[in-house]
Amino acid sequence: MIINSRFFNRSELIGFVTLALLLFLILPLSLDAFRLNLVAKYLTYAFVAIGLVLCWGYGGILSLGQGMFFGLGGYCMAMFLKLEASSVENTKIQSTPGIPDFMDWNQITALPFFWKPFHSFPLTLLAIVLVPTLFAFIIGTAMFKRRVGGVYFAIITQAIAAILTILIVGQQGYTGGINGITDLRTLNGWDIRTDHAKFILYFVEVVLLFGCIVTAQFIRLTKLGRILVAMREQEDRVRFSGYSVANFKIFAFCAAAIFSAIGGALFTLEVGFMSPSFVGIVPSIEMVIYTAVGGRMSIFGAVYGSLLVNFAKTTLSESFPQLWLFGLGALFIAVVLAFPNGLSGIWADHVQSRIDRLISSIKRKSGGWTSNSVADGAPAE
Amino acid sequence: MFGDYSIGDLGSIFVMQGFAGLILFSVYVLMALGLAIIFGQMGVINMAHGEFMILGAYVTWMTSNLFQSYLPGLFSGYFFVAMMLAFLASGALGMLVEWGLIRHLYKRPLDTLLATWGLSLILQQAYRSVFGAREVGVELPQWMLGSLKVTDSIEVPINGIFVMGLTVSITCAVAYVIYKSRWGRQVRAVVQNRIMAGAVGINTEKVDRYTYGLGCGIAGIAGSAFTMIGSTGPTSGQLYIVDTFLVVVFGGAASLLGTIASAFSISQTQSTLEFFMSGSMAKVLTLLAVVGILMLRPQGLFSLKVRK
Repeated sequence: MIINSRFFNRSELIGFVTLALLLFLILPLSLDAFRLNLVAKYLTYAFVAIGLVLCWGYGGILSLGQGMFFGLGGYCMAMFLKLEASSVENTKIQSTPGIPDFMDWNQITALPFFWKPFHSFPLTLLAIVLVPTLFAFIIGTAMFKRRVGGVYFAIITQAIAAILTILIVGQQGYTGGINGITDLRTLNGWDIRTDHAKFILYFVEVVLLFGCIVTAQFIRLTKLGRILVAMREQEDRVRFSGYSVANFKIFAFCAAAIFSAIGGALFTLEVGFMSPSFVGIVPSIEMVIYTAVGGRMSIFGAVYGSLLVNFAKTTLSESFPQLWLFGLGALFIAVVLAFPNGLSGIWADHVQSRIDRLISSIKRKSGGWTSNSVADGAPAE
Repeated sequence: MFGDYSIGDLGSIFVMQGFAGLILFSVYVLMALGLAIIFGQMGVINMAHGEFMILGAYVTWMTSNLFQSYLPGLFSGYFFVAMMLAFLASGALGMLVEWGLIRHLYKRPLDTLLATWGLSLILQQAYRSVFGAREVGVELPQWMLGSLKVTDSIEVPINGIFVMGLTVSITCAVAYVIYKSRWGRQVRAVVQNRIMAGAVGINTEKVDRYTYGLGCGIAGIAGSAFTMIGSTGPTSGQLYIVDTFLVVVFGGAASLLGTIASAFSISQTQSTLEFFMSGSMAKVLTLLAVVGILMLRPQGLFSLKVRK
């Protein structure tokens, strides 16, 4: 592995352990099943947010279409679960048994060809990863090879997300339309609707999330990650140095798409349905906001950002439905205007430095090396 | 798909659909003009553009209500007053937003996108709190109702003709302001080279503020025109924002002529396709074609040759 001396530096290690404690111990022990399932739902967005940190924070590619990858992953999983739920004996009352109920309502009598692979679980898992990646690869190749970037890329991804939503809503017979794919019950015979199953799914999700965090951190620390940052800052210089800028961008975009798709598939499992309302423009922009609030440069920040914004959304929209959009709007503006590096920026600027000073002053008290911290102007004891 | 129609029928269909397309085209042009000024000239991604438009629509609605209750005699002419008010209201809000928000973000165009998205959420909720969540529609004066019979099989609605006339005059006015007036020259100078423009004595901050205000004001007029062909709700603006951006990008961001050409081709394609297939598929095909062409020609239909 091409890693410079350490995988995590000290503060990153503390962040990693804190997050692990929070997600593996504190939240499962302190929350009831309903709230824990909400947390699980929020965490599915954290996958998207981590992808955006790579692609937007490091690569400088703002995609406003992450919802479509989230949706593609989610739909792949939902198609498998739906086929399992609509077995011949479950759907006896339909005019064509054995196909999903919405197809029957739309006078479709045979399973469309692109649904067929989703009878098999391994193929579904493969599709969850491959379909969005392929999609991202096509979009990325078409755009980045033509050197479309920045604002134009953002607008075009947004348009593609809109197209996908219109397509899903319009092709009701094949996709379930505006209601999406609902009434999902079992995964390989295992009932996913019980509290116990949700508890297990939560841990599966957290493990996968940490897998993504470690992968993202790995990408960040390799030469690849450095080229991404260089590209964001001075694209032309990277190109003149002999790197194929387009290929690196395509990679970052595809990686973000895979993370989003995993999040989407887990979302379907946790929530029990998938609908076009998680694919379009509005959810895609909200996903960017989670990243922006957490800090577009921070992988851990992305997780906290997704958790906090969604938690605020649920709480505020439960108790003050009128105020919620004002709050969210103000949050966007505040994050952009005042805290461009989000929560992690605030942490690094205000909290981390205090902690460092505190640590050094403690060291000084215990008779350690003092000359540095005095020169830094450490607070008087 | 042409089999069941005679040549004459097909001709009428194309004319009628073409006319429906022209109305759509007029609304697209009105909306895209404001955006072309803000995005094309200033580089600001104004996601709240739809909400400025809706503000114009609500102002028109209020004006029509006022005229109905207090000045019923002048009701037939309320629309012109409403349009002026819509322009002023949206323009003023635009200038306020530029002062409070946008001017801090000129160096970070992608961040204007996020900030104005936040603004659009706030405005949507404000409309919902003030005007209610239900869609409102204005009552048209008598002379705008009905349609003009051109031949036996071709009829064109009068409000459509009015919207088209309005679009033509506003486009001409904007073109004059941008390309002929002294102020328009200043705008273009600031766009091409902000530092040099400042160095030769142009007050770039003031130019920015008025440019943004003008763009938002035109959005207000677009909203005003929009009330004549559809009803207005708090989230109506969001439905059009992506289309509008595509129109501007497809046309070539800095070119007004390109904006008009792309609005024309997009709206005509969509309305002609709509006759032969479901509305959603027509939209999907149109947007796909636009995205496809943009992939081949990222700079849009008409690009301004500027040395960067």
